[in-house]
Amino acid sequence: MAKSLYIVIVGGGNIGYYLSKALLNQGHEVLIIEKDVRKCERLEDELGSCCMRGDGCETAVLSEAGLNRADVLIATASQDEDNLVSCQVAKHRFKVPRTIALVNNPINDRIFKKLGVDATISVTNTILEHVEQEIPAHPLIHLLTMSGQMEEVVELLITRDSPSVGKSIGQVRLPADTTIALVMRENERPRIPDASTVLRENDRVIALTTMDSEKILEKLLLS
Amino acid sequence: MPGTESLKHNKLVIVIMGCGRVGGKLASMLDAAGHRVTVLDIDGYSFRRLPPTFSGTALIGNGTDEDMLRKAGIEGASAFIALTQGDNRNVMAAQIAKHVFKVPRVICRIYDPLRKDIYEQLGLESISPTEVFADLLFNRLENVK
Repeated sequence: MAKSLYIVIVGGGNIGYYLSKALLNQGHEVLIIEKDVRKCERLEDELGSCCMRGDGCETAVLSEAGLNRADVLIATASQDEDNLVSCQVAKHRFKVPRTIALVNNPINDRIFKKLGVDATISVTNTILEHVEQEIPAHPLIHLLTMSGQMEEVVELLITRDSPSVGKSIGQVRLPADTTIALVMRENERPRIPDASTVLRENDRVIALTTMDSEKILEKLLLS
Repeated sequence: MPGTESLKHNKLVIVIMGCGRVGGKLASMLDAAGHRVTVLDIDGYSFRRLPPTFSGTALIGNGTDEDMLRKAGIEGASAFIALTQGDNRNVMAAQIAKHVFKVPRVICRIYDPLRKDIYEQLGLESISPTEVFADLLFNRLENVK
């Protein structure tokens, strides 16, 4: 088994609860910090003594939770600003090596990383990725966001009206931070393209790009 | 203090988040002093605190949202003041103003003195009304003979 970690979870809502349950099952030591006394009682009933009542943004509460020996802090409160503060206090006051924040507003992904949060999980983007994958006609699908970076893997479907149909990849002036990694064509094995690969209708293109360049890529390949 | 000099002589663009008693009062003072003030609040009812003479902009919106701050004209602002009831909201908006929009002067209200200390160490200019008021009362009581 992997090394057992001391993980502090701020917020005992549904996400905090299921997350704790899973992490406890994996053999980690888990403490949930939750403001609401009724939620605390429910968590203790279900999971045993792994809950502390208090505000997970307050230094005193985090100190009592033994944050200076925590390996990871995961902030799962419903407000982005609360998660930011929990992570920043954990990072700067208690030197927690890994802080993870849930974010609702997708823009905060970038902002939180800039402000020192180690990793963010964008609830909205995650749901959006799944929704896109469930809608087959969607021209650009987010497949994966690289953790800790602004890079992402997207899939694009070349249609008859795409400006890139009949052009080679070398002719499409891709942004510098964007690479077309794979071209998938019906009845053919997926191929790693080079500059001379010509794009055809119904090609599915897998590209490595960034959030900033995604719009340019979409414009170049799709419309 | 940087910025105090220019406050007297130049017309500044100032964005205030939170139109409570302090926010509303500060907005009207700065407006009366001839500055261009935009005040943001999530509740339009808060703007009743602005005097009828207020010539600035009152905008309904959440100041922790980057897009909203942009709408409030933060990109050209000389100062941003975070004055909502929530310490965390203030801390987040102030850091966005300072680190994303590079607003030259950012001041943040943080009620919790411990949280204020942490963010001061992180370079955020912060004021804890709790501390200020407790000090004030303490000093007055010390002078009671």
